[in-house]
Amino acid sequence: MNAHSIGWWGVVIGVLAATVRGGTPFLLVSLGECLTEKSGKINLGLEGVLLMGAMSAYAVAYRTGSPWVGVAAAAAAGGTLGCVHAFLVSRPKVNDIAAGIAMLIFGSGCAFYFGKPYIQPSAPQLPPIGLGNWSSVPQIADALKISPLFFFGVAVAFGMQWFFRTTRWGMQVRAVGDSPAAARAVGISVTRTRFLCIVCGSALGGIGGAHLSLFYPGAWTEAISSGQGLMAVALVIFARWNPVQCLWASLLFGGAQAIGPSLQAVGISTGYYLWNASPYILTLLVMVLTCSTKRTLVGAPGALGTSS
Amino acid sequence: MPTAPDANTVSVAAATATATAPRPAWRWRTSLEGVAIPVGAVVGGCVLFGIFCFFQSRNPFAVFAAIYKAAFGSWYSFQNTLVRAAPLMLTALCTALPGRWGLVVIGNEGGRVGGGVAATAAGLAVQSASLWFVILCMLLGGMVGGGLWITLVGLLYYKRGVNETISSLLMNYIAIAVLNHLVNGVMRDPSSLNKPSSYPIPDEKMMPTMGNSNVHYGLVFGIVACLLAWVLMEHTTFGFKVRMIGGNIRAARMAGLPVATLGLITCFLGGAAAGTAGMVEVAAVHGRANESLAAGYGYAGILVAFVARHRGLPIILVATFLGGILASGGILQREFQLPDATILLFQGLVFLSILFSDSLYGRFKFFKERGA
Repeated sequence: MNAHSIGWWGVVIGVLAATVRGGTPFLLVSLGECLTEKSGKINLGLEGVLLMGAMSAYAVAYRTGSPWVGVAAAAAAGGTLGCVHAFLVSRPKVNDIAAGIAMLIFGSGCAFYFGKPYIQPSAPQLPPIGLGNWSSVPQIADALKISPLFFFGVAVAFGMQWFFRTTRWGMQVRAVGDSPAAARAVGISVTRTRFLCIVCGSALGGIGGAHLSLFYPGAWTEAISSGQGLMAVALVIFARWNPVQCLWASLLFGGAQAIGPSLQAVGISTGYYLWNASPYILTLLVMVLTCSTKRTLVGAPGALGTSS
Repeated sequence: MPTAPDANTVSVAAATATATAPRPAWRWRTSLEGVAIPVGAVVGGCVLFGIFCFFQSRNPFAVFAAIYKAAFGSWYSFQNTLVRAAPLMLTALCTALPGRWGLVVIGNEGGRVGGGVAATAAGLAVQSASLWFVILCMLLGGMVGGGLWITLVGLLYYKRGVNETISSLLMNYIAIAVLNHLVNGVMRDPSSLNKPSSYPIPDEKMMPTMGNSNVHYGLVFGIVACLLAWVLMEHTTFGFKVRMIGGNIRAARMAGLPVATLGLITCFLGGAAAGTAGMVEVAAVHGRANESLAAGYGYAGILVAFVARHRGLPIILVATFLGGILASGGILQREFQLPDATILLFQGLVFLSILFSDSLYGRFKFFKERGA
């Protein structure tokens, strides 16, 4: 076996690399959605946020020449859309699913409108962190070039876990999500807590978009997102509203998405399209196996999906 | 995910009240509120879009005039609007019907794809029969395909307590994957190179247009489906039972209603409507199943249902209005050099404004009944 034809190992390494690459946007949007849902609201509009984040990151990185300013712009754009969603769902009688879908349409409209001039030019990309420089096999070195935003996401996942478990603010967020009436009774502002959670969650979603346009696939197109923002909602359920489990779930989703293309690369194309749907089938299966009509899921915020 | 007990509970109470008390005088202020707030919201959305146009240095009034002309200005352009409204009416019903039971189903795209694939298979199986038989088979195939797809969502909810919003969302993606698998596999027409598609329905077996217009019979399906949904939900005991469950599921159980059966039936009917949309897309537009079945009409359909408050008659109006907006995409590009996404933005602003207006009911003194 020589270094340049590593055969079946290529599939394994390819899947691993694609897992981290493809899992990063899932990780960031699912963490954003996790924060939002912990406060008791759902944000289906993260798909719009993701697109807006991808577009603004690319546009700003192109204009300023610095991808990091682009990431900041993505967070700001995501946060701005989050403000609109947070304002809407804080009003009485506004359904958060419908508001999310309206935000999805509005967000993608904004992204496509303002992103039109940036489809052609190429913006500076985020520098990869090469964990595989020790290896002389180019496939391995390439595969271990990891997006800095992945490490950011991992840090946020553990940080958010710590935040929910041990900090006072984290407990306030959980209280608002579990029982808004009780939270209000002890003097926590439900509206303000939810507003902040939705805005921060959307900012994380925006950063997830920056990974798409500034790292992988690494260009701004209108088809850049393949539904990662919508899937975040399912991912959070899959991860039982636990930030660290969001990390494992995102990697699993990223990996499942990578199986089809990797198998195709070595000449197996049977069921290619069905493999692409494997994350969705997997989530549905897990939900069917673990849900019950008798009780709510472990970890589910009590007020989620109610109009309180 | 239970939705808030809204007007349903009120109408249940009102229905029992009218049985004993004499009919109260017409409450015109309440009725006026029901018209003024949505109209005000549409105007509000338009004003926001107008401000946006102004900042993009286009004359907002000229833009609105162009949109009106392209959507409703002439019979020719109105036909274009109607063609776009038809699938919206049908897909909206997929959210609206289960919505009255209390389910938030967003599987419109999946139902549409499932229906489109089943309709294509049915049409191909009987393609040598007469035109109307082919169309009838395709319609039945589409309704059954879409209906079963959404019934599965209802079944998972009822049997396993799986959240219907999430499962229907997942099933959208699964439906699209199955579609791609089929049109790249067993159903693939080898001559479709760039865009893998199924074998085509013969041209002479396609759904015709009405008279000498450009509008195909899909519009009739859409309007008839909405009218049927309206009658079924608002004027039959079946609809009354479903609305009662949506208002208060515990009370409905206590009253001995077959909660699960009714839920599955509404899911099937909703899915059948979405499946009909897929069938129309195949039988009237593309003539074959391919990935253009998943054209994103589904998400707009969800909003149409919410804006129309899950009621059949308003869906016709809202879908026609949105169809008009969609039809004006081309003219904005040609006359104002605005990209296609402008329409998406406009649509988003109007819908955000309408959803916001939901919180305004009961806030204006003027609409309060005097002496009540």
